[in-house]
Amino acid sequence: MANFYKDNESLKHHLNHPMMEKIVELKERNFADADKFDYAPQNFEDAMDSYDRVLEIVGDICANIIAENAEDVDHEGPVVKNGHVEYASGTARNLDACRKAGLMGMSMPRRLGGLNFPITPYIMAADMVSRADAGFENLWGLQDCAETIYEFADEEQKKKYISRVCEGETMSMDLTEPDAGSDLQSVMLKATKKEDGSYVLNGVKRFITNGDSDIHLVLARSEEGSKDGRGLSMFIYDKRNGGVTVRRIENKMGIKGSPTCELVYKDAPCELVGSTRLGLIKYVMALMNGARLGIAAQSVGISEAAYREALAYAKDRKQFGKAIIEFPAVSEILSTMKAKLDASRALLYACSRFVDMYKIYDDIAKERPLTVEEKKEQKYYSRLADAFTPLAKGMTSEYCNQNTYDCIQIHGGSGFMKDYTCERLYRDARITSIYEGTTQLQVVAAIRHVTTGTYLNKIREFEAMEVKPENEAIKNTLVFMTQQYADAVQAVAGVNDPKYLDFMARRLVEMAGHIIMGYLLLEDAQRCDCFRKSLAVYVKYGQAEVERHASFIGNFQPDQISDYLYTEND
Amino acid sequence: MSLNIIVLAKQVPDTRNVGKDAMKADGTINRAALPAIFNPEDLNALEQALKLKEQYPGSKVTILTMGPARAAEIVREGMFRGADGGIVLSDRAFAGSDTLATSYALSAAVRKIGDFDIIIGGRQAIDGDTAQVGPQIAEKLGIPQITYAEEIINADNGEVVVKRRIESGVETVKAKLPLVVTVNGSAAECRPRNAKALQKYKYAAVPSEVAADEAKKEFIEKRPYLSIGEWSAATVDADLAQCGLAGSPTKVKSIENVVFTAKEARRIENNDEELETLIKELIANHTIG
Repeated sequence: MANFYKDNESLKHHLNHPMMEKIVELKERNFADADKFDYAPQNFEDAMDSYDRVLEIVGDICANIIAENAEDVDHEGPVVKNGHVEYASGTARNLDACRKAGLMGMSMPRRLGGLNFPITPYIMAADMVSRADAGFENLWGLQDCAETIYEFADEEQKKKYISRVCEGETMSMDLTEPDAGSDLQSVMLKATKKEDGSYVLNGVKRFITNGDSDIHLVLARSEEGSKDGRGLSMFIYDKRNGGVTVRRIENKMGIKGSPTCELVYKDAPCELVGSTRLGLIKYVMALMNGARLGIAAQSVGISEAAYREALAYAKDRKQFGKAIIEFPAVSEILSTMKAKLDASRALLYACSRFVDMYKIYDDIAKERPLTVEEKKEQKYYSRLADAFTPLAKGMTSEYCNQNTYDCIQIHGGSGFMKDYTCERLYRDARITSIYEGTTQLQVVAAIRHVTTGTYLNKIREFEAMEVKPENEAIKNTLVFMTQQYADAVQAVAGVNDPKYLDFMARRLVEMAGHIIMGYLLLEDAQRCDCFRKSLAVYVKYGQAEVERHASFIGNFQPDQISDYLYTEND
Repeated sequence: MSLNIIVLAKQVPDTRNVGKDAMKADGTINRAALPAIFNPEDLNALEQALKLKEQYPGSKVTILTMGPARAAEIVREGMFRGADGGIVLSDRAFAGSDTLATSYALSAAVRKIGDFDIIIGGRQAIDGDTAQVGPQIAEKLGIPQITYAEEIINADNGEVVVKRRIESGVETVKAKLPLVVTVNGSAAECRPRNAKALQKYKYAAVPSEVAADEAKKEFIEKRPYLSIGEWSAATVDADLAQCGLAGSPTKVKSIENVVFTAKEARRIENNDEELETLIKELIANHTIG
């Protein structure tokens, strides 16, 4: 039987990363649940065995149910009936399988009905679900929202809502409005406090993924007369109470199985999460970081699917008397796709481990004061997670787009027809570099880690790593690239003009990205020879890219920026 | 109303993708070359049991399988998907059982379990394709049977309503509990393993699997839900004369390895004469009939 976990050795490789031992021990609080819950692990090996075997279940469902339904779901899509969404029949079957397999609320604690998995194996599941059907990942992956309830809601709300998510209810995050997209400070949906202290919601939301979910997290303006982000609060709307209807669903280019809804709130009862006024500035920021990691996983999953489709076609398709994969022009595309895929996955799981570490420390800090050493680690990983999340989301989603483009290229004319999977992958990929913050906004979040040196410090840590003799040359290349990066950062910073920094930001962030992904692949190649080729190909690619950006920055006079600014005369 | 459900399941060699080495020279199955799997239609049967368990909270699903100790794998698989536990009926005395001896042993085990409302099994196993064991168990226990079931619709007031697949369509029938239901491959596929159940039951074992491992033995003793029953002929008070080879009237005289040698397709005209000629030809060479 096909299995998306068993046929992909790199997932197991990342699951077995040396950092997992610490993550698991902290997450399991030294296995304190062992005698409290019959499904809790006894020790590290037991926990790892459980992740491995549960991921095998995910791989089975992905290969044999979700992937099998993907094409029909893409054609059928969801519809609106009487103000509510009806999923495509394949989507309903996918959800049923995930519920029965107990794959909802994977990272939630056991006392609330979850599996208490670290983020890393959960993200591996998301990686596979996305490979099977990126649109379905949106519905399944919105279980992420439970993290926000877990972190910020009160105990009663946690018990009420998280246990329902673990039993299989779906979620949505209702943020965007017609006039508030990237700029969420402009959110207008009105939250009115009634005399009994409860709130009702009135207004409209747009582009809400899975907008007819069972449990919504809603960003709304609770402070009358306020204009900016500080007047916004976060609410839970429970579909069982009624008050929200779906006016329409969008007709999209891709991820067609995932309903994107326009919602109308009419005196919809809701519950406040945490404190008023912290909705955007604290809770949505946390929510978005989780969602961005999810999109990085989605991007890697689509990249994986694209690479496999391209490889299979190139082996099968014969022209001029031989399989097209034998032509260097074709095999170069494939090896570059594979290198970008492996680099993306390396960055994704490096990021997920950082997120695991700081989130677990945050959670432990609620139970007891952290030691000085632990506090230091919490801060260290929190910063790295903050730096790596936009980098991962930005880089993996761009590579996912490039890989699906190349996948069609390998298919030639057939790829342009509706007959092959590659055209769906191409359409599905397109949104990854847009939603949960465009690549341009990821750069905005990442650039301060260029200027404050988070990336460079991490790169210096990588530099200290002892490498096998056969990897020395590649390490030297990475050291050289780092010098080019450091020089470029200094050159841009030296101009001391925020506008100039903005203009060069994407180039600098990408340079850091190439070096970091190069080092991560080097680490992977140290542990498994299977990454040797991807390491070589990726560093070659990254070296040329870093060179290109260094050249652009080196040859640029700051006043030349005016050539790029639009004026009325253009 | 809660139900006590027994699911009959068999570990079989996977005959769906057989290679050249599937049979040994002596005509017996080369088990080493074929992976052991959960008989596919028994999985359909398990799904029906699990649906009933959802429909009637408090119901209990017990897997009953006959085979060597490694057949505990089948019980664990059932537990991962939602069964509550199981029993492996295992004894050298059962070796070489044909369908009659198998149904004798299994019905003895069912009697030993005692309290049951429905026995559900697959229509047939892919290694023997006889479809006899389920019906024989019903006969031996003197209870009704419904074969070729596609869906057990409900089990209220001491009666079950079952949709069954028949040659020309489906029919819905009613029968009194307790009874045997055998499930057709066209029924709903079995649900996947459940993440919590897998983590809970992954160390479940029959005593002989952990006999040499004191630590594991102790671990299981502390957690009764991990203990899979391992019953011998003596446990179920079986008459040895009716067990295994001694109790099996079926004797395999020889086995012939049939290789299809038919050539390419042949085209005939669309008229009665040509069709009749073809049918007669096929009957004459024993392809049909």
